[in-house]
Amino acid sequence: MSATAEQFPKARLKLRTSALRAYTMLLALLAIWLFFQWATIDQYHPYGLFLGAINFSKLLQQTAVTGVLAVGMLMVIVSGNIDLSVGAVVGLAGGIAAMAQGWGLVPCLVAAIAVGLLIGALQGTLVAYVNIPSFIVTLGGLQAWRGVILKLTKGATIPVELPFFRSLGREFLDRRIGLALAAISIAAIAWTNLRRNRARQRHGLKTLSVSAIVTRIVVPSIVIVAFIILMNKAGGLPIPVIFLVAVALAGAFLTANTTFGRYLYAIGGNPDAARLSGINLKRYILAAFCLMGALAGLASLLHTARVGSASPDAGTLMELDAIASCVIGGTSLMGGRGTVFGAVLGALILSSLDNGMSLLNVENWAQYVVKGGVLVAAVGFDMFGRRKG
Amino acid sequence: MAKSLLEMKQITKSFPGVKALDGVSFDLNQGEIHALVGENGAGKSTLIKILAGVYPHPEYGGEVVLEGSARRFASVRESEQAGIAVIYQELSLVKDLSVAENIFLGREPRRFGIINWEELYSRAQKLLDDLHLTIDSSSPVRNLGIGQQQLVEIAKALSQNARIVVLDEPTAALTDAEVETLFGILNDLRARGVAMIYISHKLDEVFHIGDRITVLRDGKTIDTTPASETDEPRVISKMVGRAVDQIFPDAKHDRGEVVFEVRNVTVEDPSVPGKLLVDQVGFTAHKGEVLGIAGLMGSGRSEILMAIFGAHPGRKSAEILVDGKQIQIAKPSDAIKHGIGFVTEDRKRYGLILDQTILKNMTLACLRRVSGRFVTNEDAEAAAGERAASDLRIKAPSVFTVAGTLSGGNQQKVVLAKWLLTNPRVLFLDEPTRGIDVGAKQEIYAQINRLAESGLAIVLVSSELPEVLGLSDRVIVLHEGRVTGEFTRSEATPEAVMSCATGHARRAA
Repeated sequence: MSATAEQFPKARLKLRTSALRAYTMLLALLAIWLFFQWATIDQYHPYGLFLGAINFSKLLQQTAVTGVLAVGMLMVIVSGNIDLSVGAVVGLAGGIAAMAQGWGLVPCLVAAIAVGLLIGALQGTLVAYVNIPSFIVTLGGLQAWRGVILKLTKGATIPVELPFFRSLGREFLDRRIGLALAAISIAAIAWTNLRRNRARQRHGLKTLSVSAIVTRIVVPSIVIVAFIILMNKAGGLPIPVIFLVAVALAGAFLTANTTFGRYLYAIGGNPDAARLSGINLKRYILAAFCLMGALAGLASLLHTARVGSASPDAGTLMELDAIASCVIGGTSLMGGRGTVFGAVLGALILSSLDNGMSLLNVENWAQYVVKGGVLVAAVGFDMFGRRKG
Repeated sequence: MAKSLLEMKQITKSFPGVKALDGVSFDLNQGEIHALVGENGAGKSTLIKILAGVYPHPEYGGEVVLEGSARRFASVRESEQAGIAVIYQELSLVKDLSVAENIFLGREPRRFGIINWEELYSRAQKLLDDLHLTIDSSSPVRNLGIGQQQLVEIAKALSQNARIVVLDEPTAALTDAEVETLFGILNDLRARGVAMIYISHKLDEVFHIGDRITVLRDGKTIDTTPASETDEPRVISKMVGRAVDQIFPDAKHDRGEVVFEVRNVTVEDPSVPGKLLVDQVGFTAHKGEVLGIAGLMGSGRSEILMAIFGAHPGRKSAEILVDGKQIQIAKPSDAIKHGIGFVTEDRKRYGLILDQTILKNMTLACLRRVSGRFVTNEDAEAAAGERAASDLRIKAPSVFTVAGTLSGGNQQKVVLAKWLLTNPRVLFLDEPTRGIDVGAKQEIYAQINRLAESGLAIVLVSSELPEVLGLSDRVIVLHEGRVTGEFTRSEATPEAVMSCATGHARRAA
């Protein structure tokens, strides 16, 4: 990892590798998908089962909880910290939401997110203002919050009874709403691209050619339309997937287009330089933990609704899936490096492996070995590429 | 003359862009203390690292001859086995192990792989007793003062049968009494035939303890003389003697009103409560003027800026006035708000986020102003960044190039750009040209003059005396946390400033 900073010619190469990393991940995901598609060919499914509308829709629903958690985890990791308590928070927030159903729908949904937010605020305060390492604070949280669940629920599993609550995990949007959303997104993409180009012109920067702008609008549009058509074939856009997309977009915006995001990367990349540049490290680390907590609250709703009940061991090991998603997606555990795009892609790779191997009836033990191997291989590959670059 | 124990002949060593050593020769006799002096960056540490095997054989040119036979150390271990022990400024003891465990770390006396604790402690105690030290070999190193830790390092070196002991600034953290103890032991070792290389900025010590003195300057040996045949002023002039005018452009600064003033700056060492790094220092900075702060390592020259900027981790107090109005600075953002910019020393540690682009580094301290309060505007940033990059002539493919891939000079310009983008009225520069080549230095110097001409008040701290003298309109000199001299540009000769910096002389403005 020795950064030989004095050597100039490496500049171009390094840039290229960083852009390559995103494409490599996409290619890896595609390769996994194509492999499972090929492996699930049988007499009933001459083209394979994996990427069929029904299974693909299910795959995305399975990604939703991990994906939402991975977005929060990414922000915590980028700031140079870690949150091991996420699984327990999912369990606790989900349990409280299920118990609060008697108060009505809105209080019960708000309760879950509020519980996550409060826990995030508490843990973030201990990390940022009391200077306890986040590993320790959240390792303690992992145990303590699980204990609180047991106390509150007395070890019982609580069923989800409110229909709307349940629908969060299981229902689909009407097909026409899906198409309308597609239209809105395409319009938004076109508008931002055009606006951006005008802004560049105003600042005296090089503007993009017409064909480049058209490509930037048309290619994502085709992907969106194809996606919605596929989802509509399986009954419409699943509600958990809408939450995942919304959280991922908000997370991507927050990390890439706000001062908050910029400061997070700076704090994780070089805390000394960030501090001397006038950044209030404590405030932003606290904020990252609060966001993580709130997202864990949201994830708990999706998970509880999907399962249909809140059990005392709900969410166990989810923190590790979220961390693994970030890491597979190219996030550095040292902080300062990683993207929301990568983290969500990592979650998708993990759930694709889960889903595909289950379709193939791969034995349980082998599933664990494969997932563990993929995690280590992804990081090994990344390190290898980085050393060469 | 006694036969040489060690000879280093025509040593050369290059780093990318810098020739650190250029044909240095150095020799050491048995039972001799040979002092090595020179300004920061003269090449002392590099020379020692070659001797210690830190820079292994093929990485340097020249010859290391030990007792008549040429040696090529490929590792620190080989150098240690040849009887060379280096005691660095930053001590390398494991704080939670006992003194004895530290002394024999990695070489514990054992039988069948099991450590023989009785032997370990008795041998360690004997070593300490031989040095007339009243240190218990079983006490944890953490409980010892810095001075005693230094002595433990010496005991450790002797336990390895070191015949050559290198001491790098051994007294930097010691009290006067501890220095006396140390010197007693060094004299003792000398009598036993141990040869020592003594690196120090403190010339009085060098003359007190050294047999011979070698002066290095710009990676070359200037002179080796017996201590009895020279004196401090002569050594100082050899250390600094260099044609300053050639590198520094002529500049006319129009001194304006006072924009910045500090009084009674006192800074405590965060790790040693009660020890003052800076003691009641004050200065003023005028619009359009460069104020130089000169001082040797440990003089408090960086700490004073850190403390004013609100970034010193330990206790501190200061009265700070901007435009004659007293202000409070508790954290760096307060300082930035009041128009203070701070080009920190050690750009890789304090200045840059090496993984990020030039642009993101440049806008880090002014993000809210340049880009947006919450939502960033990358185009506005890019426009501001490209202007700054071309103003400072940063050589890079684009502002989206990763900062870590730039040369040292360009990295330094990125840090400078970062602070200029905060629109400062006072700019602190701490070691602005450390580790960059001469060409890049000249460019930075030209920028400093340009900024002063544009009306900025500049406070320049540098360990390179020619730099301070070549750029500053006024110079204040620090020695051990106090002001020992104040000079105008015409009065500031290298010899006079160095005399104050070494504590040899005092001078009021």
